[in-house]
Amino acid sequence: MMDLVEAIADLKEEEALKIVKDRLNGGEDPLKILEEARKGLEIVGNRFATGEYFIPDLIYSGEIMKQITEMVKPLISQTTEAKKLGKIVIGTVAGDIHDIGKNIVVFMLEVNGFEVYDLGVDVPPERFVEKVKETQAPILGLSGFLTLAFDSMKRTIEALKEAGLRDKVKVMIGGGQVTDEVRKYTGADAYGKDAMAAVSLAKAWVGAS
Amino acid sequence: MEKKWEEMTPEERQEVLIQRWLSPKDPQGEDLKFKTPEAEAEYKARVQRLVDAIQLKKTPDRVPVLPLPNMFPVYYYGITVQEAMYDYEKCFAAFKKFVLDFQPDATMGCMGPGPGKFYDIVDYKVYRWPGHGVGPNQCYQAVEDEYMKADEYDALITDPTYYFLTVYFPRAFGSLKGLSLLSPPTYVLEFYPTFSAVHFIPFALPPVQEALKVMAEAGAEVLKWIQGVVGWNLEIMASGFPLLAGGGCKAPFDTVGDTLRGTKGIIIDMYRQPEKVLKAVEALVPIMIKMGAEAAKQNGIPLVFMPLHKGADGFMSDQQFKTFYWPTLKKVILGLIDEGCIPFLVAEGGFNSRLEVIKDLPKGKVVWMFDQTEMAQAKKILGDSACIAGNVPTDLLAVGTPEQVKEYVKKLIDTCADGGGFILTNGAFFDEAKPENVKAMVEFAKEYGVYR
Repeated sequence: MMDLVEAIADLKEEEALKIVKDRLNGGEDPLKILEEARKGLEIVGNRFATGEYFIPDLIYSGEIMKQITEMVKPLISQTTEAKKLGKIVIGTVAGDIHDIGKNIVVFMLEVNGFEVYDLGVDVPPERFVEKVKETQAPILGLSGFLTLAFDSMKRTIEALKEAGLRDKVKVMIGGGQVTDEVRKYTGADAYGKDAMAAVSLAKAWVGAS
Repeated sequence: MEKKWEEMTPEERQEVLIQRWLSPKDPQGEDLKFKTPEAEAEYKARVQRLVDAIQLKKTPDRVPVLPLPNMFPVYYYGITVQEAMYDYEKCFAAFKKFVLDFQPDATMGCMGPGPGKFYDIVDYKVYRWPGHGVGPNQCYQAVEDEYMKADEYDALITDPTYYFLTVYFPRAFGSLKGLSLLSPPTYVLEFYPTFSAVHFIPFALPPVQEALKVMAEAGAEVLKWIQGVVGWNLEIMASGFPLLAGGGCKAPFDTVGDTLRGTKGIIIDMYRQPEKVLKAVEALVPIMIKMGAEAAKQNGIPLVFMPLHKGADGFMSDQQFKTFYWPTLKKVILGLIDEGCIPFLVAEGGFNSRLEVIKDLPKGKVVWMFDQTEMAQAKKILGDSACIAGNVPTDLLAVGTPEQVKEYVKKLIDTCADGGGFILTNGAFFDEAKPENVKAMVEFAKEYGVYR
């Protein structure tokens, strides 16, 4: 039988789901299966970072993982708190409803052990501030695709300042048109070109790289 | 005896369209009366400048300059996007001011904001627009969804028109649900009378009648808007500014991916049902060719605008690009060239990993407008075979300085203008931008881009 880690890493959907089904029927610990699945996703993420895999591979691996989670979750009797690397609040900024890139970033951050609070799209500055206050997350991620997002990102970071939270939070931004010029304009701490950059930044900021 | 279109070669057809572009007619079929002799001379010089840059037969007098905005003219004029969408006269005034103030070598026109009331009448689901899901001063945004379900490929492939009319329309337009009851016109045969007659029954049903009523109202609103657009076009041309495109269409993969399945949907389809995806994009090739070519011929302008989305760097592997995206896009490009058209291919995002693949096209027949593609590489790989355009970045226009913009333009012209075959444009269609940056881009490019 193929290794589950390998099946997921190679994006073999049918094999992966069959392996999970057979092993669950055999009475195996669902948490062990989930952990192996996550290892498979880490390999997917690494292959994306090295340019072997592309966005479709990430999205497809997400679909495979979603189905595995659906099979496994009902069998987990208690929530075991796997040690999380840290909390991150993330969302697409006010006025913008694009979310494909953001969703990939959320997915990769979760796979890499972060606890992510995804606020969705078109998120006003106040809602970001509220969530950062509530969760005490040390990292805030702002996503935006349109040029109007630049001002929304700026206003969100200003709102953090006004709430007295700016020095407690590291802010990363990303999106199709984001560059270092935009980072400077918005006042963010860093920007990333893709999901793996987000993971590297987050790990560096929590001292876990 | 003048040759019939069917008997002409592609080169002859392109020449016919170029001549019509150079000498536009008014709605009565008479030669357009330009405002002044200078305006007429400027108009013809601008068209010729573009043609020279595109055909790669000689260098133009200078690098053509095309600032191609999205909503920028609306902001520049000082109105909201909502006003531009619902008060057509204000929209026309805004886009006219943009053209007259910035003096581009051609304009994409004033149709960007669109007839807002039309979207209200049909209850459009595919967009959020001012007053309907986004604020009054934001551009419309596409709501990606699986308007076509994963198991509907066969229906699309077998009968695309019937699929669009009876499945896609009811999902994309909230007021057109009744169209799902229509019978296929292809069933109306010369047969025992009842076989043809019964297919007209749906037209008597209240949901269908409601849909037809909505479509009539919607059509009337768009007709009202387009009359204003035509008036705008005539005035702008008479002032000396050519329209850039005669028509538009999409890469078949984007037709399925943008319009029908959504990004996530079509991505999963590439893995789970690749043969269906391939069959679907093949079925759409003749439809896309006809869509672009008919409009170009009707409007007498050879350029066909094709915004390209899902094939960008990172959005698929090299193998997926060569298998799913490029072959049918290439067929559409060649089909348009055959009809005398000039595909204006807007490669949104990056096409760095695609340059070697896309160079496989006949020489001097297309324009590639690049956004985040490295322009020196583009010139190196495509410079001998295609006209390239680009790529002043939108972030620079929005948050940079005029000096930074000029520096970027200088570098672009130094890198790309040699030997001709280059058009200076922005990389992506900009909304927010500082007017002084747009001005710097246009004026400096005109000054520095002269061929000596």
